[in-house]
Amino acid sequence: MSTLREALGAVWRTPRGRAGMGFLAFLALLALLGPLALPEPFRQFDLEELANAAPSVDHPFGTDQLSRDVLSRVVSGARISLAVAALAVGLSVTLGAAVGLVAGYWGGVLDAVLMRLVDGALAVPRLFLLLLVLSVPDRVPLAALILLIGTTGWFATSRLVRAEVLRLREETFVRAAEALGASRRRVIFRHLLVNAAGPLLVAATLGVGDVILLEAGLSFLGLGVQPPTPSWGGMILDGRPVLEAAPWVSVFPGAAIILTVLATNLVGDALRDAFDPRGA
Amino acid sequence: MTRVLHVRDLRVSFPAPDGHRFHPVDGVSFSLDRGETLALVGESGCGKSLTSLALLRLVPPPGRVDAGSTIRLGDTDVLSLEGEALRRIRGRRIGMIFQDPMTSLNPVFTVGDQIAEGVRAHLPVTKAQARERALALLQEVGIPDPAGRLDAYPHQLSGGMRQRVMIAIALAAEPEILVADEPTTALDVTVQAQILEVLDQLRRARGMAVLLITHDLGIVAGRADRVAVMYAGQIVEEAPTLELFAHPSHPYTQGLFASVPRISGPVERLTPIGGTVPSPTAFPSGCRFRPRCPQAFDKSELPPDLLAVGPDHRMRCWLAEGRGGRD
Amino acid sequence: MTSVSPPLLEVRDLVKHYAAGGLFAGGPPVRAVEGVSFTVGRGETVALVGESGCGKSSVGRTILRLQEPTSGRAVFDGTDVFALDRAALRRLRRRMQIIFQDPYSSLNPRMTVGAAVAEGIEIHGLAKGAEVARRVAALLAEVGLDPGYARRYPHEFSGGQRQRVGIARALAVEPSFIVCDEPVSALDVSVQAQVLNLLADLQRERGLSYLFIAHDLAVVRQIARRVEVMYLGRIVESGPTEALLASPRHPYTVALLSAVPEPDPTRRRSRIVLRGDLPSPSDPPSGCPFHTRCFHPGRNERCRTELPLLRPVGATLAACHYAESTPAAAPATAASA
Repeated sequence: MSTLREALGAVWRTPRGRAGMGFLAFLALLALLGPLALPEPFRQFDLEELANAAPSVDHPFGTDQLSRDVLSRVVSGARISLAVAALAVGLSVTLGAAVGLVAGYWGGVLDAVLMRLVDGALAVPRLFLLLLVLSVPDRVPLAALILLIGTTGWFATSRLVRAEVLRLREETFVRAAEALGASRRRVIFRHLLVNAAGPLLVAATLGVGDVILLEAGLSFLGLGVQPPTPSWGGMILDGRPVLEAAPWVSVFPGAAIILTVLATNLVGDALRDAFDPRGA
Repeated sequence: MTRVLHVRDLRVSFPAPDGHRFHPVDGVSFSLDRGETLALVGESGCGKSLTSLALLRLVPPPGRVDAGSTIRLGDTDVLSLEGEALRRIRGRRIGMIFQDPMTSLNPVFTVGDQIAEGVRAHLPVTKAQARERALALLQEVGIPDPAGRLDAYPHQLSGGMRQRVMIAIALAAEPEILVADEPTTALDVTVQAQILEVLDQLRRARGMAVLLITHDLGIVAGRADRVAVMYAGQIVEEAPTLELFAHPSHPYTQGLFASVPRISGPVERLTPIGGTVPSPTAFPSGCRFRPRCPQAFDKSELPPDLLAVGPDHRMRCWLAEGRGGRD
Repeated sequence: MTSVSPPLLEVRDLVKHYAAGGLFAGGPPVRAVEGVSFTVGRGETVALVGESGCGKSSVGRTILRLQEPTSGRAVFDGTDVFALDRAALRRLRRRMQIIFQDPYSSLNPRMTVGAAVAEGIEIHGLAKGAEVARRVAALLAEVGLDPGYARRYPHEFSGGQRQRVGIARALAVEPSFIVCDEPVSALDVSVQAQVLNLLADLQRERGLSYLFIAHDLAVVRQIARRVEVMYLGRIVESGPTEALLASPRHPYTVALLSAVPEPDPTRRRSRIVLRGDLPSPSDPPSGCPFHTRCFHPGRNERCRTELPLLRPVGATLAACHYAESTPAAAPATAASA
């Protein structure tokens, strides 16, 4: 959709947006190239090096207790964290948009029921719910983790979409489409959703930052991404025992989280600005 | 006649994306005498609203009034005022009413509060006195049951009544000049008649000068003493009302007259002005009306000055040179 | 009506009430349209005139079934519009179209102008592939726009141009009847003239019929052959434009006419300034809806209790008990110096 292109272009034009997009693009590139970009496989034990070596030319981020290169691990962790975030947010956004659309367009009893459900769900603290569910089984497969995060994160989005749909439904151009004989499906997809996409995109982008933090937190507690799959949160956990002796083991993954979330927030903000004071 | 307002070479500029500045108001000059109504007529984009905002130094940033402009209120140089001194002329010496009464009134305050606020901002009165004054003003603007309406909220009033409230607020501090920016455009025609009547009565009772900004030639004919027609940031014709309507001389003015549907007289096909209003970021060189002018000729490539075409009647067009007096 | 052929559109006793909502939910309904009847002939323009709150826009939308009526009938070319099922209604939409007032909200901001114009064509399968683009280009040209603009978005256009796009969009399905809902009210004077001329030309070239909804009598005079004047949901006067404007019989029409500012400072008409405000449509006055503000010297108890019906008075139909003696506005006089 060319509006997406326009929005991204608008984001690129602001310094904040450029910084955020640049960082994310760089990160995505690293994550994609993956193993090819790594100085060394993250599982490799560098038997020649000491464990917990400080950052050096050979190991720019240092090594951890198991003599693994921290930089390699951070890059590998990026793949996982970004994938989890993207997929989980994708799921949330789809669910939220669907529910919000149904509630807003059809209204009436359906709307009331759905929104009461959402109200109830929002009353449940997400983190505790996840902790509870994730602590029961011994191992939680990655797919299940993504599913859990995705299905617990759509509530606010649905309210957002519902509000947009309610507003758009009364717009004259929707009346015009109806007057032309447009089917319900056409009105929903070509007129309502397309115009609700803006705020939705903003919410999605900011949501990515949220999920990265959430996943990192869960992994730090041992409940998220399970070793040996690397994740930033898990790496911080791994670095705890040697925090004084080798702080870089925790610090670099931590910095990666901070920078990534900052970047998504910058892009999200810039997107919001791009969609707000627009033409019409 | 005492002159209460004098504007000379007013220029308002805004920054363009490429760094240059463009001028939606480009060298506007006019003056107002006590008790008279001057109508500033033009279509969207001609700069009339910005002109009125400039008088109160309310041009929204990043726009600004350019150096070289003069706005003189009696003896006061408006452009040199700052802070408290500037605040004191707003409302006290010049009052302003805007087009849309719904968004110009604060929805969370009662009507009485908003008028009283206008009073207390400029006059040293107690809260009780201000409230009394507000009541008197509501009566003056013709609101039925003013005592009952004092504590009403804007959404409880009709459009016509809200506009009367706006007028009351504008007059709260007894200004010498009232700037009315399209005061009746958002109103029904019968309500419009009521509001214009109120404005006229108030003007006569207080000896106020009124700057009436509008696009409606009918309102101008009925209510203004003098008219200035604006196009593309400049005044292109100015004359007393009767003179302008009897002898519209600038091709743009003539075009406007030819494109207005009439309520009486023969019904003929309207002759609209071809083309569209130029954007302030790209005004044509030379005479700005040239691209759309049916009477353009070679001299139109030079920007024309305001030249005389009749008694107290000038227009910005080289065609005036053919006729120093009446055609 | 002098034409012999049956009217294209016949509206009978149309009623539209809106349930009070929001803060006023549960209160009395808003009686937007209270029994309106009129006809529109083939190739004819009938104007529906009135101020805000009179219900004219509701009439326009209800006839097209963009809203469901509360009661009444609308017969379009022999078809009962309100009795159609969804599929038949969709087919009817080809023949009855609408142009809206606000050029800024009547076009989808995320849709190119070409796509907007093409939408009707696609919905009804009137053309496929390259033919669609050809038609769009032709339509844009017909309304006076450069066909190359098809790729642009609404925000790149002025109000007048957007209005033309709206007209092209309506024409795309080849209607025979168009409801023009205040199509020029939001436009500048010179643009207004352009669009009015366009509408008149299109009517001539395509044999269109218009229901022209407006509040400006001068505009109406320019384009409509017959006028229906509405007040608080009812038609108070109806007749040929020139006759109605020359000698209005209903006091509201007289007031409306006298309030129109005329661009001629030498004609000083006595203006009738109505007292008071428009009554609320959810609480209309008893009897004649206009009696609370009426200036007719013959106004009396009967006006308060008995609803006047439209009846022939002179050259028009007027809903007033004393229409024969309605004072006209003082005749226009040339001011002496």
